[in-house]
Amino acid sequence: MMAKPFIHISGLSKVYNPGRADEYLALSDVSLDIEEKELVSIVGPSGCGKSTLLMIIAGLLDPSGGTMEIGGGSGTFDPHRHVGIVFQQALLLKWRTVLDNVLLPAEFLGLPKRGSRDRARDLLALVGLEGQEDKYPKQLSGGQQQRVAIARSLVHDPRLVLMDEPFGALDALTREKMNLELLRIWERSGKTILFVTHGISEAVLLGTRIAVMTSGPARMAARIDVDLPYPRTLEMKTHEDFGAYARQVYGLLGME
Amino acid sequence: MKSSFNAVAERLGGGLAGPILVHLVVIAIWQAAADFGDLPSYMLPSPTETLATLFEPRNRWVENATVTAIEIFGGFLLAVVIGVGIALFFSWSRLLLTLFMPLLISLNMIPKVALGPLIIVWFGYGITTNMAIAFAICFFPIVITTARGLSEIEPELLYLARVVNASKWKIFVKIQFPGALPFIFSGMKVSAVLAVAGAVVGEFIGSGRGLGYLMLQVQVNLDTATMFMSVLLITLIGVVLYGAVAFLEWVLVKRGGAA
Repeated sequence: MMAKPFIHISGLSKVYNPGRADEYLALSDVSLDIEEKELVSIVGPSGCGKSTLLMIIAGLLDPSGGTMEIGGGSGTFDPHRHVGIVFQQALLLKWRTVLDNVLLPAEFLGLPKRGSRDRARDLLALVGLEGQEDKYPKQLSGGQQQRVAIARSLVHDPRLVLMDEPFGALDALTREKMNLELLRIWERSGKTILFVTHGISEAVLLGTRIAVMTSGPARMAARIDVDLPYPRTLEMKTHEDFGAYARQVYGLLGME
Repeated sequence: MKSSFNAVAERLGGGLAGPILVHLVVIAIWQAAADFGDLPSYMLPSPTETLATLFEPRNRWVENATVTAIEIFGGFLLAVVIGVGIALFFSWSRLLLTLFMPLLISLNMIPKVALGPLIIVWFGYGITTNMAIAFAICFFPIVITTARGLSEIEPELLYLARVVNASKWKIFVKIQFPGALPFIFSGMKVSAVLAVAGAVVGEFIGSGRGLGYLMLQVQVNLDTATMFMSVLLITLIGVVLYGAVAFLEWVLVKRGGAA
């Protein structure tokens, strides 16, 4: 018998406002297994329930049906302790310095102050913001703010990091740069990352695997193993293999 | 000619010198109009005549200004404490907010000055009444802006907190309240201006002391210069209050690179 995967999701569904006139099926029958330290891209059109799925995995929403188990394999998993999250907006508190913004989750968890500060400094160095600790968010560019948000998602040493279109609000060039940064951060930090996007080439470039979701009805269309070597580079986007994966995703989304 | 004018304007435009100069010029025009214009001094007393009234002991400036200042500051502070308190209470649950916010907005439609005669019935003549009128006029902007500020929290920020099991209290202290501070201060600034009007109207309709009362006293003698001076002092009290609020805002909100 195979070892349990880190995340096991099977037949997951979510109905908003069940039994009412505005009943809405956001997810129907989503199944997905994720191993520890994977970076899985979840790609699909807007309204396909990607964000809903992420909310359920984060423990912020209850599913209407199906099963979800997180924490298979080694170590313990506490959903209130081991999840980090990054949204499309950096959501930094403008009255806090960069360092204090990164510390927010540690403060909420009541982690020891000194250790958290050291860790926050290390993480800011990891995301390339060394020496910017005492700046305020408005002094940073959009890309830098999102780097702070990534450091913040890691400060309490979570085992799982959920990213909901984290680079969706950035310009195309910054976005590609941040893709490479994320790959580097992922390899260095050894976290399991779930990366929701509607950018197909972003999904291929980042993911060890891609989960493709379609809307109407919202469901999981396919899982694709991306067999491209790491470290990945932007130059890979021009390779035939990369194009083949992208074409496969376009096909599954009915966009050929 | 034009270019030299522009050069002067450019040199003055940047700092404080320009605005101060404009103030002084207006006062000089006022003085000239009073001195050389064909107006009787009960219509337009000059700046010097106005200043001279300060040395008239009958006016009891210190006592009257103190009374008015107490009414303004007291009514304002009471409105801040009670207004912020009530907004915090309402914001604790969405149900309370949806039930009571419309009521507050309806009550806010009442012209507070029109309550003056009623407040006199309830509190009698004197400082308390005028403080109550200042309070009534200050209270609503503070409650409404504070409640709005407390509810303007981004839902995703709440997710961010809830994913690490943040308590409601910690969310309030670390996100909600500091986020609402700029709103609270904008309400306080509006109220600081209104408080002055509230207290003075109170003194007009029923009072035995205060700068508003003094104005009614000297009006019968057409002592316009004293009335001018009263208005200036009332304005000064308002400026001090507004300045104190703006300073506090700078310390608590703007100093850091926030806002």
